[in-house]
Amino acid sequence: MALLEVANLGLSFSGLQVIQKLSFEVEQGTIASLIGPNGAGKTSVFNCLTGFYRPDSGRIDFNGHSIIRRKPHKITRAGMARTFQNLRLFKSMTVLENVKSGMHCRTSTGALGAVLQTGSQRREEALITSVSEECLAFVGLLDRKDRRADTLPYGDQRRVEWARALATKPKLLLLDEPAAGLNFDEKKELITLILRIRDELGITILLIEHDMGLVMKVSEMITVIDYGAKIAEGTAEDVQNNPKVIEAYLGSDDGEEFL
Amino acid sequence: MAGSSPLTSVSDWLRPQQNRMIVLMGLAGVAMLIPLVANNYVLEVLTNAWFYAILCLGLNIVVGYAGLLDLGYAAFFAVGAYTTGILTSKFGVNFWLTIPVAVSCSMLAGLIIGGPTLRLRSDYLAIVTLGFGEIVRIIARNLEITGGASGLIGIDRPSIFGLELSRGIHFYYVFLLLAILACFISYRLQNSRLGRAWQYVREDEDAAEAMGIGRVAVKLYAYVIGAMFGGVAGCFFAAKMTAISPETFTFSQSVLILLGVVLGGMGKIPGVIIGAFALVLFPEVFRGLGSMRMLIFGIVMLVIMLYRPEGIWPQKQREV
Repeated sequence: MALLEVANLGLSFSGLQVIQKLSFEVEQGTIASLIGPNGAGKTSVFNCLTGFYRPDSGRIDFNGHSIIRRKPHKITRAGMARTFQNLRLFKSMTVLENVKSGMHCRTSTGALGAVLQTGSQRREEALITSVSEECLAFVGLLDRKDRRADTLPYGDQRRVEWARALATKPKLLLLDEPAAGLNFDEKKELITLILRIRDELGITILLIEHDMGLVMKVSEMITVIDYGAKIAEGTAEDVQNNPKVIEAYLGSDDGEEFL
Repeated sequence: MAGSSPLTSVSDWLRPQQNRMIVLMGLAGVAMLIPLVANNYVLEVLTNAWFYAILCLGLNIVVGYAGLLDLGYAAFFAVGAYTTGILTSKFGVNFWLTIPVAVSCSMLAGLIIGGPTLRLRSDYLAIVTLGFGEIVRIIARNLEITGGASGLIGIDRPSIFGLELSRGIHFYYVFLLLAILACFISYRLQNSRLGRAWQYVREDEDAAEAMGIGRVAVKLYAYVIGAMFGGVAGCFFAAKMTAISPETFTFSQSVLILLGVVLGGMGKIPGVIIGAFALVLFPEVFRGLGSMRMLIFGIVMLVIMLYRPEGIWPQKQREV
């Protein structure tokens, strides 16, 4: 059974069909990509998976359980973490505090424990800090943990978002355009990081990306969508030679990049 | 913000835990000893200031920590005061036994109002809380058990170890101790998992949700804890005054408490206390000016908000 199974997913906004009967699967331990021209509905799919949009129809099964129309925080708790296309850090907080947010759903102390500072509360705080620091070390930002998040360069802010997502201890990590705005060297580091997350942490990855070089290099399975519907599926090679895919991309700005 | 203002350098010095403890101990000592030298008038004003400090610290959890605009905070204060008032004056219940009941009632009121409205975005909450504040006051005005427009009289004075709390100095210490307790609870909450969750939700609700934080639950927590603070303050207020009337709990009371929080600096404990003191002391200090003093108070507040929109207390400085 696949870790993530999407079947006949449909979403519309006031009559406009954004996603149409979309089905795809992500196998445990793989790196999968969702690609398509601008406005194809990729981010909408992510928003349905993570509970930010409520799909009209279809089925989303994650780790053997249906997660459709569940609240975002419950889906994260179930083991699916995401990053955002536009950075969504907690800007005025430190890097470490940002990452600690990921551990919230894995801990439980409430108000009373906080006021009394019970033994279990202290142990839990220590655990939150150590896990968060591990995640920061993993993305190479441990030395900047006490900086305010919005004072870091853009590339580093992206990595804070990654560390924060890793701190939720996910089974599946959804990356929304991770390479957007990165330079050549940063993209190379990103590819290494994606592979390390899968190989060292054993986390399955699903990404949306415009940078075809990156997608072709890391993905084992690619799903291509256009106008909210699936037009192709397969390995990088299959997809590259698919006439429907070439047609979807030709004439758009992304086409040149793709060919 | 001006980097070299005297307040900023003071807060720089305050950063090490040790220095902070020295200052806090010193301030607590001064607060404890004041009654020995102060006359009744000064004592009454300072008691009132500590009382507002408790209310402001409670509202600070809602407004400052969780970022929820609450325009009806006086309602929780009213629920606490009326619960104690009714139970002691009509049913002869011992004051101390009314506290848990009053706290439960104010928490329940917080749940009833917060439960449905905290799902909405903050603008709606402001309107609903404003309405709630007025509803509570109007109910108190019209029910028989709450004494109608003239309110309740003959509320029992509490006694502790055989000592009846009746003199100004007793209530000074009661409110001082409650304010210290409120500071302690606020501080512990602020630096906890829950305190961080409030900050995440305040900064970016969607990102917080994506990190697995249930925003409604977290906000409700803040709202109910804020309500508890108001309820406890209300209990002791009723005991001190021995009489309460609905006109104590008007919309302008809610605004005044909110003003203390915003003026001192939302989310900052020392700031909120300074705000509460400013609120109470300013009109007293400038009593000589007669009715002009409220005008001057207004102008001073305007100037503070123009030049220090973050409040009197400086923002926490971080390594850049």
